[in-house]
Amino acid sequence: MVWSPLFMKIHEFQAKEILAAYGLPIPPGQVATTPDEARAAAASIGGTVVVKAQVLVGGRGKAGGVKLAATPDEAAEKAADILGMNIKGITVQRVLLAQAVDIATEIYLGVILDRTSKAITIMASAEGGVEIEEVARETPEKIHRVHVHPLAGYADYQGRQLAFDIGIPPDLSREFARIVRALVLALNDNDAELVEINPLVITEDGAIQCIDAKINLDDNALFRHKDLAELRDHDEEEPAEQAAREAGLSFVKLDGTIGCVVNGAGLAMATMDTIKLSGGSPANFLDIGGGARAESVENALRIILDDANVRAVLFNIFGGITRCDEVARGIVSALPSLSRQVPMVVRLVGTNQDEGREILREAGLVAADTMQAASQEVVKVAGA
Amino acid sequence: MSILVDENTRLLVQGITGREGTFHTEQMVQYGTQVVAGVTPGRGGQKACGVPVFNTVAQAVRETGANVSIIFVPGPFAPDAIIEAVDAGIPFVVCISEHIPVQDMLRAYHYVNIKGARLQGPNCPGLISPGKAKVGIMAGDIHIPGPVGVVSRSGTLTYEVVSHLTGQGVGQSTVVGIGGDPVIGTGFIDVLRMFEQDPETEAVVMIGEIGGTDEEEAAAFIQKHMTKPVVGFIAGRTAPPEKRMGHAGAIVSGGIGTAESKIAALQAAGVDVADFPREAALLAAERILL
Repeated sequence: MVWSPLFMKIHEFQAKEILAAYGLPIPPGQVATTPDEARAAAASIGGTVVVKAQVLVGGRGKAGGVKLAATPDEAAEKAADILGMNIKGITVQRVLLAQAVDIATEIYLGVILDRTSKAITIMASAEGGVEIEEVARETPEKIHRVHVHPLAGYADYQGRQLAFDIGIPPDLSREFARIVRALVLALNDNDAELVEINPLVITEDGAIQCIDAKINLDDNALFRHKDLAELRDHDEEEPAEQAAREAGLSFVKLDGTIGCVVNGAGLAMATMDTIKLSGGSPANFLDIGGGARAESVENALRIILDDANVRAVLFNIFGGITRCDEVARGIVSALPSLSRQVPMVVRLVGTNQDEGREILREAGLVAADTMQAASQEVVKVAGA
Repeated sequence: MSILVDENTRLLVQGITGREGTFHTEQMVQYGTQVVAGVTPGRGGQKACGVPVFNTVAQAVRETGANVSIIFVPGPFAPDAIIEAVDAGIPFVVCISEHIPVQDMLRAYHYVNIKGARLQGPNCPGLISPGKAKVGIMAGDIHIPGPVGVVSRSGTLTYEVVSHLTGQGVGQSTVVGIGGDPVIGTGFIDVLRMFEQDPETEAVVMIGEIGGTDEEEAAAFIQKHMTKPVVGFIAGRTAPPEKRMGHAGAIVSGGIGTAESKIAALQAAGVDVADFPREAALLAAERILL
């Protein structure tokens, strides 16, 4: 059990490139990394353009990362404003310049691999342009859904049904259904978890255009999409989470003071909870996986101690496939090379626990017997 | 009694010659599980861990009467292995493999249902009926036979609870790890129903975690259909929203799947929910002694 599945996000301009191949109506656009490039891009697109920050976090519009520009010079100015901007901790390195369109109606259209209904679910709403989670919370009745059975595949009536459900003008319903089909195909072909157009707009002159696009890819399927795997944007990963992923560890950074090294995701969560219930606060979620070897333990410790908030570390290992002596050896061999020393509390039980505890004892580390005792001890030594 | 596997289980191991497959086959054989066949395409006619290896599941079933299969092949090949097993007429398939592409898993999931077979997992530790059969990767020696049924989405957290049960002298009828993926074959409700019908099971420990609404649905089932006492534990009270906690299914998203919601639903259904894993074992032990 190494790295558990996550999805991989890609940028809007990358999603649009993928979707353009399916014949979706997307306004012409170009990517720029400098104001000069933005000026040239705006000139070649012509007319008013939208300058859009390319970041993988939501809410860029509210943060000022999307601006209109009427001329190439204005596009360069707006690009200069947006490039380098900090949006939710991410520095904007690229902007997309896209031809502006006159919007009459904004629609939401999304296709997801829906694990609850065990199907591909297509969602549409006449309330486009806002976050779908918000619509789901405020006015859930405005979201219409159809489910595509994985063994039957998409049927064209499903797209037509959605068109009628959300009130697409009759003369555009055929085009809308064609777009729905293309999105389902794109999801299937690329092993995406989500393909979303928000907003899909009907323009003043009665055409449909995809203004924004989002694609999340299934990490577990990237082995058969080498080209897509290369789109991963390392600049936007939490550095500790990136280091953990590369070391084959499942890691999530939190803001507490007690680092946790645990084998198994469920036990890791229960350990965090126990620390909290003992009056402390966990600094991370970390699953070193089954059969964790000394090297994983060393990597885990390094990643945790890079977080300056961490004042103590708790190991909670229930040996099964994972052998306690192996973990103990990992802890001991990591000690000399650590960037700093913090108190460590180790709870080791299961396969080869006596050997493991002996190794710890020789290194001057004490093993705790139970999860609760270990949690109370680590909270005490962390001084939380 | 017990559920799903026992001394009549004739186990087939798909991927028996791989590293994981070999290691765990040895462990299962040592435990006393009747491992009757292995499958690795191209290795037919050989033996692994003293078990005959076949090229196809169909042939293995014909020649050995295997009635349960456990899958250790790498994730990308696991859906194929699941489909091969049910096509060969295996009624119960346990898939240990993880990292399966979701689209492939969705198709396999529906195919298993159409064929009327049962799937456990994927990304699960398997199951054990102590003293009878171990079909999984858990340490056998922490379990003892007895009256408590355990069903869980987690692996090591389950071992934690089981070791405390055993420490109290309270044994287990069957311990089922349903897996941490969002798309899994056998769910809480399936296992709860089987425990309710199993004469040997007197109480149930249900170990859930954040993400999805399976625990809430299980709570509704418990309220309506369970006469046996159920003790619960939910991991992930301190997990931040929108972050996956290792398991693909363990994510609080859009306000759905919080530990609070699950704990409240279970409590409303009359389930005693423990704060600590050890407490879950103690509560279950009390229920048995009452």
